[in-house]
Amino acid sequence: MRPITVDGNEAVARVAYRLSEVIAIYPITPSSPMAELSDEWAAKGEPNLFGLVPKVVEMQSEGGAAGALHGALQEGVLATTFTASQGLLLMIPDMYKIAGQALPGVIHVAARALATHALSIFGDHQDLYAVRPTGWAILVSDSVQAAQDLAAVAHVAALKASLPFLHAMDGFRTSHEVQKIQPLSDRELKALFPYEALEAFRKRALTPEAPVIRGTAQNPDHYFQNREAINPYYLRLPRVVQEAMDRFAEVTGRRYRPYEYVGHPEAERVVVVMGSASLAVEEAVAHLLERGEKVGMVRVRLFRPFHPEGFLAAVPATARKVAVLDRGKEPGAVGEPLFQEVAAAFALRGQGVPLLVGGRYGLSSKEFTPAMALGVFAELEKDRPRHGFTVGIVDDVTGSSLPYPEVDFEDPASVRAVFFALGSDGTVSANKNTIKIIGEETPLFAQGYFVYDSKKSGSRTVSHLRFGPNPLNKPYLVQRASFVGVHQWGFLQRLPMLGVAEEGATVLLNSPYPKEEVWDRLPRPVQEEILRKNLKVYVVNAYELARKVGLPGRINTIMQAAFFKLSGVLPEEEAKARIKKGIEKSYGKRGRAVLERNFQAVDLGFSAVEPLPIPGQVTSTQELIPPMVGEAPPFVREVLGPIALGLGDTLPVSAFPPDGTFPTGTARYEKRGIAEFVPTWDPNVCVQCGKCVLVCPHAVIRAKVVPEEALAQAPEGFPHRKAMWKELSGAYTLAISPDDCTGCSLCVEVCPAKDKRNPSRKALNLAPRLEVREAMNRHWDFFLTLPETPRADLKLHTVKDVQLLEPLFEFPGACAGCGETPYLRLLSQLFGDRLVIANATGCSSIYGGNLPTTPWSKNREGRGPAWANSLFEDNAEFGLGMRLALDKKAEYARSLLPVFRQTLGEELVARLLEPVGPEALEARRQDVALLRERLRGLDDPRARDLLAVADALIPHSVWIVGGDGWAYDIGYGGLDHVLASGANVKVLVLDTEVYSNTGGQASKATGLGAVAKFAMAGKPTPKKDLAFMAMSYGHVYVAQIAMGANDAHTVRAFLEAEAHQGPALLIAYSHCIAHGIDMAKGMDHQKLAERAGYWPLFRYLPGQGLFLDSKPPTLPLREYLYAENRYRLLLQTHPEEAEVFLKAAEEAVRARWERLSRMASAPEAVAG
Amino acid sequence: MDLRTTYLGLALEHPLVASASPLTEKLDGFLRLEDGGAAAIVMHSLFEEQITLEEELLDHYLHYGHESYAEALTYFPKASEYRLTPERHLDLLARAKERVSVPIIASLNGISRGGWVEYARLLEEAGADAIELNLYYIPTDPLLSGAEVEAMYLDTIRAVVEAVKVPVAVKVGHAFTAFAHFAKRVEATGAKALVLFNRFYQPDFDLEGLSVVPTLTLSRPYEALLRVHWIALLYGRVGLELALTGGVHSGKEAVKGLLAGAQVVMMTSAVLEKGPGHFRTVLAELKAFMEEREYASVAEMRGVMSYQKVAEPAAFERANYLRVLGSYRLLP
Repeated sequence: MRPITVDGNEAVARVAYRLSEVIAIYPITPSSPMAELSDEWAAKGEPNLFGLVPKVVEMQSEGGAAGALHGALQEGVLATTFTASQGLLLMIPDMYKIAGQALPGVIHVAARALATHALSIFGDHQDLYAVRPTGWAILVSDSVQAAQDLAAVAHVAALKASLPFLHAMDGFRTSHEVQKIQPLSDRELKALFPYEALEAFRKRALTPEAPVIRGTAQNPDHYFQNREAINPYYLRLPRVVQEAMDRFAEVTGRRYRPYEYVGHPEAERVVVVMGSASLAVEEAVAHLLERGEKVGMVRVRLFRPFHPEGFLAAVPATARKVAVLDRGKEPGAVGEPLFQEVAAAFALRGQGVPLLVGGRYGLSSKEFTPAMALGVFAELEKDRPRHGFTVGIVDDVTGSSLPYPEVDFEDPASVRAVFFALGSDGTVSANKNTIKIIGEETPLFAQGYFVYDSKKSGSRTVSHLRFGPNPLNKPYLVQRASFVGVHQWGFLQRLPMLGVAEEGATVLLNSPYPKEEVWDRLPRPVQEEILRKNLKVYVVNAYELARKVGLPGRINTIMQAAFFKLSGVLPEEEAKARIKKGIEKSYGKRGRAVLERNFQAVDLGFSAVEPLPIPGQVTSTQELIPPMVGEAPPFVREVLGPIALGLGDTLPVSAFPPDGTFPTGTARYEKRGIAEFVPTWDPNVCVQCGKCVLVCPHAVIRAKVVPEEALAQAPEGFPHRKAMWKELSGAYTLAISPDDCTGCSLCVEVCPAKDKRNPSRKALNLAPRLEVREAMNRHWDFFLTLPETPRADLKLHTVKDVQLLEPLFEFPGACAGCGETPYLRLLSQLFGDRLVIANATGCSSIYGGNLPTTPWSKNREGRGPAWANSLFEDNAEFGLGMRLALDKKAEYARSLLPVFRQTLGEELVARLLEPVGPEALEARRQDVALLRERLRGLDDPRARDLLAVADALIPHSVWIVGGDGWAYDIGYGGLDHVLASGANVKVLVLDTEVYSNTGGQASKATGLGAVAKFAMAGKPTPKKDLAFMAMSYGHVYVAQIAMGANDAHTVRAFLEAEAHQGPALLIAYSHCIAHGIDMAKGMDHQKLAERAGYWPLFRYLPGQGLFLDSKPPTLPLREYLYAENRYRLLLQTHPEEAEVFLKAAEEAVRARWERLSRMASAPEAVAG
Repeated sequence: MDLRTTYLGLALEHPLVASASPLTEKLDGFLRLEDGGAAAIVMHSLFEEQITLEEELLDHYLHYGHESYAEALTYFPKASEYRLTPERHLDLLARAKERVSVPIIASLNGISRGGWVEYARLLEEAGADAIELNLYYIPTDPLLSGAEVEAMYLDTIRAVVEAVKVPVAVKVGHAFTAFAHFAKRVEATGAKALVLFNRFYQPDFDLEGLSVVPTLTLSRPYEALLRVHWIALLYGRVGLELALTGGVHSGKEAVKGLLAGAQVVMMTSAVLEKGPGHFRTVLAELKAFMEEREYASVAEMRGVMSYQKVAEPAAFERANYLRVLGSYRLLP
């Protein structure tokens, strides 16, 4: 077969799909693509190796997937699942069962870090280590090719050994690396497949025709013996694996061993390592061998069962010193898990035990290079090499880190290209396409790896591509680039990009300026680096060309063509033809017009690129813009700043808080300046309604009413106008932060005020940011110094007044125009200074808590939301725990108060014992301050105790926040329990109707007929009615809200939820990028959803009944549904089914409306 | 009485044709029109803008937000193929052809020579008995001359005529400086019929929001007069069949159209208001007229009131305008 270029996920999924009959799936990064591909193939009817389409079923959690896997295995079918990290942890109970029952299931894992002090989606072996006692065999791949091949070995060996297999590749590094590999054909898989073992497995299936029972309960007299009965299975397993690998070699010519040795036959220093890092160690070994050093490496592929004989046989008898590298951390252990195995293996041998040390590397995809491996070998040269070392970081706290030299391991015969781009400009897609072209159409080897930042708007991508005549097994970023593509001019002022360029490298700049102006417009450090390294610079104005061909912003094809021209990887005409072929493959299905435009872009890219004349001297005085601006605290400047620049690797251990606690309010220092256009305010047209402030997803539009005299020092042109309030006097002013704005233009869309002389203008109008930013920044800075409008003067139930509340959630890195964040900003405005938030993992925990900077912030008094994320599945319980603790602390504080009656004074104690609501918040805060003052310095442990819990006397509010994936699926059991408990917690469900954060997989909130991942042929069942479920308790306040449909209703529901003395549930329609809509029109979509009856607004007040706040539907449902790509797509892929779904959806809407109407007209039966 | 006629080389039972309307968006609509008595059906239009816009939208949303964020490299599953409006349109046409026996005329709406013209051929392949090319264009550019617009029209017509073997009819609006001359030039392109006239939908103002909003009003019978007038003027003077569309609500307008010289008369608004069965009503009214006036066939009555044949052709010209104004002044 011809080679293919795929990433690790696809390579594995292609095998797993063909060798499975039931595939249970659940999304989790970085394994989701394996599940997505399986679902897509099944939806398209692609058969497995046995001619059947596997049943692919999405579960409510990984725990659910493991349960389904276990059940399927009971029935003797080939069953698989894919997962990572927390997902794998959730599978542990079933994993024990499956192994204990000797069932040959397979789990493919994109190995990932575990959430500890922080969550990380990136790769290491902590998840694998966490399941090592479950009894599953664990096979670990080091490359994309091996991932494909060992996936097959895992399936085969599982059947032959009658034991379950976990096959792992390194998350992202292998799962997301694109490589040219030799695919496994059906013929080869058939040749490998153990049909007789399958037959034996089938015979063990549960059937009433020959019934047995499995999963008994056992007692002390026999459990132990029975547990030992399975030993022979494990004893023969290493041999089974080796046989499967041998057979694999016979069929394919590619040979693997459970423990592979590379290096000098008489090596004295040996490194033991598992996974992709072994390829880097291998390079280091080759480097040292060339220098005559006696070194070697053992690559562990079979981690469980660890086979001491097999392992020891791989280690040369000459080895005197062995270092074991673990991509994981087990605090408190003598060494990490692989070290423990190796140590035990040597100890059991009892003789010739080498000096043994272990160390950690590569946590959370931390780079691990051959140079770092050299550092390890160098350490082994010492008489007493360190144990428990780290490599790849600077540990200045416990001094664990090893130094390593700077050595160039790049292949000079290869093209090494690094591209800096914006996520939205299509560069990564184009680069993936380039790898495909070179990998599949030429004899060259090709490799691609892509780095994304954590912002969802204006995110940066860095592509690392290698092409060359020699294999490119380099599991690390390009170290020295022969080509650097700067696809976004704006980056030049912010990012140090040319550092990676080697001497004489080619640099391609996408410049909005004419060639003649380019040099002088480059910042000084960039000019210096170009001159110092003698870089060859080329320019192309891809922005303009993209606009010209009708693909504004999509510069990818033009830049791709320019790369091919400059790199000379292929002759020009051939390159053109191949790119066009690639485009046809990618876009052909989407119609001629799109294709033609891209073809034009290719031609332009080749013809328009031109060399930049370099004057030979530095002419610029422009410096780089620092990542953190304003009066940023040292921590923000010195720790968060480098992270924002992509230089987080340079930070030492001491820079970080050991418990992962970070300051809030840091997003304000990171002025990203990502919007091309920003809104500007015309005070004379404005009606001061506050709608723009309410919808702004990034809190960049703010309003205040201030006394006229406060404006005395206002900068020139500071816009303001007399406040149009009955109750407030003074000046109204609206400020916009241009460098925090994402340019989503939701505000402009909702602005109802038009200029009566020129109706094309509103009170808010978009203007080019670069033209207006200076003045707007001056105005913004001054605005922030103005006093807040006193809260006591405001009517909080009106949108007009709510706009004047200070937001304590600002500038999140959410998608431009996000539908979730306006609710969170509103929450922070209404209750921010007394808010404790439990946030489920998902979009809101990422834009809410992903470093470098985070949006939850503080007011002038230093108060603001206190925020924590535990997990995805436990958020309701996590929030409940917080509530219980706050209540308990308050109770304890109240019990201590009488003890200090004399010190505190009778009146104060009486006041503090009085239960108060939010209306008395300020008075209570003053009383607590008084208490602190009076108790301070008292030498009494009970006084110190009281001081420690005194804050709990202030009425704090616990809000439990998460998305629909959490509330409807993985966390539903907990949510249900917490609502049922009657505890005074508030739940905000940001309902996007899909798992947004992992790329739009269907949840039980997904609507009937919507196309989502895992529901490619349309979601076949209606959305779960969470509101009804909660209302059935009778004591839960429930509201279904949609800010875009009725903002006043939204505000009212928040206030009522907060006021309710018990649990409250707000289900908030959140438009989302995964809906396939113009995000600027998100609020209009909310309106349509309400008018069509898709999302009726209502409130259920315990004791009062249901208030149906929407009018009966007036818009045909199709006019809402087909305005969104998620529904329209079905019309384009499955038109007949779409019509059927539409009818069913119309019926469901009608039935639900009738049910709500009936409930709304029925008098509430008040219990008791 | 012989009601049979031909149009675009197709033999029709009678001259009442269903004009393009939303009724044909579903297969059921075709069946209802045939049952209702339409002699031929013009299918709703396939729009140039729709073809390109839908492609663009699909491309946009399949690309939007992709490869930007490590956890969500895409937001939609990848389908192996997409059946956009054109494909679904072609499917529907093919299915309708299998189910109805009256001729189906496919309608293509556009104004440039571009890839979309290819759809004329695909419509033909799907079974269209003829193509109606609908040229709906509002020349808003003050620098664009009438001559340029006409040249663009003719260019497009030629492109479609060249693309297909089936006959092509051309539907246009009435806003031409010299319509008769334009009709002559259409004839030269090889098109077989002219459909008079498109109705331009007038956007309305939303006074609350100071915005322009689209409106759609159904035609009224008085609108037929403009069509009757121009058919009468052109009948026998250009080598094109003439079809009347716009304002036909009863037998009266149908009769007028035929008398003016229409090969067929088309109905949409009246059918939308009264249902497809309205064809039978109008046909009955036409028959009643023919009986009363003793016309033995449609062919016999066609064009008897045309410019060529009426006793006072000046009534169609400027003299008539003066008379109308005069009569207005004479009103009490």
